[in-house]
Amino acid sequence: MADLRSTFVGIKSPNPFWLASAPPTDKAYNVERAFKSGWGGVVWKTLGEDGPPVVNVNGPRYGAIWGADRRLLGLNNIELITDRDLYTNLREMKQVKMNWPDRALIASIMVPCEEESWKAILPLVEETGADGIELNFGCPHGMSERGMGAAVGQVPAYIEMVVRWCKQYTRMPVITKLTPNITDIRHPARAAKAGGTDAVSLINTINSITSVNLDTFAPEPSIDGKGSHGGYCGPAVKPIALNMVAEIARDPETQGLPISGIGGITTWRDAAEFLVLGAGNVQVCTAAMTYGFKIVQEMITGLSTWMDAKGHRSLDDITGRAIPNVSDWQYLNLNYVAKARIDQDACIKCGRCHIACEDTSHQAITQSVDGVRHFEVMEDECVGCNLCVNVCPVQDCITMVALPPGTLDERTGKVVDPAYANWTTHPNNPMSRQAAE
Amino acid sequence: MGTTDSGMIGGRLTPGQYEVNFADLHPRLDEHEALVASDRCYFCYDAPCMTACPTSIDIPLFIRQIATGNPIGSANTIFDQNILGGMCARVCPTETLCEEACVRMEAEGRPVAIGRLQRFATDIAMAEGRQFYERAPSTGKTVAVVGAGPAGLACAHRLAVNGHDVVIYDAREKAGGLNEYGIATYKATDDFAQREVDYVLAIGGIEIRNRQMLGRDIKLVDLLARHDAVFLGIGLTGVNALRTEGEAAEGVEDAIDFIASLRQSPGKTDIPVGRRVVVIGGGMTAIDAAVQAKLLGAEEVTICYRRGREHMNASTYEQDLATSRGVTIRHWLQPRRILAQDDGNVARIELDYTSDVDGRLVATGETGILAADHILKAIGQTLEPDALGIVALQSGRIVVDEEGRTSLDRVWAGGDCRLGGEDLTVSAVAQGRDAAQSIHRALMAERHPAVAVAVA
Repeated sequence: MADLRSTFVGIKSPNPFWLASAPPTDKAYNVERAFKSGWGGVVWKTLGEDGPPVVNVNGPRYGAIWGADRRLLGLNNIELITDRDLYTNLREMKQVKMNWPDRALIASIMVPCEEESWKAILPLVEETGADGIELNFGCPHGMSERGMGAAVGQVPAYIEMVVRWCKQYTRMPVITKLTPNITDIRHPARAAKAGGTDAVSLINTINSITSVNLDTFAPEPSIDGKGSHGGYCGPAVKPIALNMVAEIARDPETQGLPISGIGGITTWRDAAEFLVLGAGNVQVCTAAMTYGFKIVQEMITGLSTWMDAKGHRSLDDITGRAIPNVSDWQYLNLNYVAKARIDQDACIKCGRCHIACEDTSHQAITQSVDGVRHFEVMEDECVGCNLCVNVCPVQDCITMVALPPGTLDERTGKVVDPAYANWTTHPNNPMSRQAAE
Repeated sequence: MGTTDSGMIGGRLTPGQYEVNFADLHPRLDEHEALVASDRCYFCYDAPCMTACPTSIDIPLFIRQIATGNPIGSANTIFDQNILGGMCARVCPTETLCEEACVRMEAEGRPVAIGRLQRFATDIAMAEGRQFYERAPSTGKTVAVVGAGPAGLACAHRLAVNGHDVVIYDAREKAGGLNEYGIATYKATDDFAQREVDYVLAIGGIEIRNRQMLGRDIKLVDLLARHDAVFLGIGLTGVNALRTEGEAAEGVEDAIDFIASLRQSPGKTDIPVGRRVVVIGGGMTAIDAAVQAKLLGAEEVTICYRRGREHMNASTYEQDLATSRGVTIRHWLQPRRILAQDDGNVARIELDYTSDVDGRLVATGETGILAADHILKAIGQTLEPDALGIVALQSGRIVVDEEGRTSLDRVWAGGDCRLGGEDLTVSAVAQGRDAAQSIHRALMAERHPAVAVAVA
């Protein structure tokens, strides 16, 4: 059996699956249920400063988009940080940590960007026995209008400043949660590192309007006829999150900085992808909010089975394994040639590969051969773009097959060169010509 | 309590049971079911289902319209090709047409529920009384349509769309043809056939004259004198005889009459049915009659077909429906003679076992006897040619060209009466519609005779 035990910035948990700071972790009742279901850790829903708590809207807080059969693909929320009293939360956190000493319990914090505010709250959190803190620099709605959340995360200098205060005023490990609502994720990550953060976690949610009600012309979720942008999450954001995780993992300035991966993780496979791109653990929210806490059982057994099958003994064996394979475009091998191939036995003859290629791409798939409905790749036209693979409803019916070096590419009339060659040295690249001159 | 007494008896069941037995076979999908079903459609390119549909309905498009919350637009897509899309959704043997061709059959052996989705959309549009077509400005032309069945109605509607005045002459009390008289009750409940006739006629410009039978009340030559064109959609009104000793016994009945009486009976309690029913035949009519005999409370219903299961015209789906309702289907049996009691009522049927010898059906010499107090004959219908004059026939059907033109000038034909059809409602609709387009072209060409243009 693969060992799924995780140690993330010194924080131990029986598995790498934590619940992210969000509605599922707002109170002891939910967190107790989560731990009973097997979650390795929990980031408690974000605490605000002492005093009257924030208030939430009293209408809908979530909007969504769906795929076939109304499967939830993307969720959007306009809920704020915890709207419960600070001391109630702290008391419950302490009790839960006592009840579940082997699980990770992290406190998410968001207070105004003033040293005194952070200095005031950190000892209170430390007293609960929490294993660490997560700085919420990510929430894009509501709190950001008050100069917190994403408003901090969008200014690297503020990130560095607040992280420095936290490192100064607490012994607890500091995880800095980043907003994706910026142009280059590396800058806030570098700032967090400069401030001395122990780790970053990402992504927080993305600014979004999920839909508009065409009867009322109001965005959803609508509160008395008006809507506000919310934070987008769920399976739909996973590709964005994966890229941002990889960007930080392979940035020379932040290389090795522990990352807690967040963003649309729904299955063990999603989690494994984050881990191999450099995440030390993962945080989950939308999947739990969609299906309940039991999904962690699928994640644990799925990850474990895959690791066993592949001979990976521990998380260290897989973390970051894909990072060396994430490259800039300019270094991709232009001598690699692949062609689509359709497995005629698996083909159900829906014709979608044909029409996608015919209408929108390279006119490289037949619709009939000898007057019979038949879909086949014309290698002399196929550029290997993979669109047909992506639109085919049957898994593994269309695959991309690499042409072995030495064979003829019927499209270009050239023999596949075994040597690696990229854009930096390509004759069509004006920069490479300049370099040669 | 019902009764299992022998003889032709009505009211074998308690009144409540009739309602249950003759309820809608496949009730309309609700909105959620329709969305789930429509999600399964792959929106195929040059979709095989569409090719398999005799009326070429754009099935991927209408299903996508349902999936996106636009059932009215979906109905419009359906009616563009098939104005009787509502009935076809109920009676089409989809398992041998669109749904057999569905790529999901290839993928997982379970097609998209095309028929039921079609019903979902058309029911909504019809319930809302949504009409999608307006008559073109009047052409001043008038066309006689003989027969108000699927072919005639489809033809009349398309002619009306094109601005022609249409008079439909129909032999029976009600319009609808086999939709009204020839389909099992549970496939077209709630007077659907008449509601559909009303929906089709709502376009205007179509007059229906009932109780006007060709040859009896009207003559083809008179129609040609009064109208610019004639469309024959007269169906097959003759019935094949068994030509078997004892056929005249009481309790021996044509299945189509049995089916028609059931359709016209509101409560069904007045329809007599035997305790032991034998149905002779292997087509849809045999199945419809057998199933409904069972639903009326017959204790035993046996279909006897003279060839094997694979030769039956009834689809596998229909055969399974029958057996699931308790009907026994026996093969390789053909009637030898019918035996009556002293009072003239049928008592038994003696059958020859048959086999196929070099493609020829022969009696093996073995015989068997089945007790029967009710025998239903469903061995096919024929064209009654007397009223057709010099219109050319072949194999007992009207010969037409690819546009539906008969050998007689200004006379078109479609539906079951026409040679080479599939004897399906949907084929009749396609032929009626296409004949209307052909008639339209012919009438417009008359109005604007072609003028030779000199080439410079």
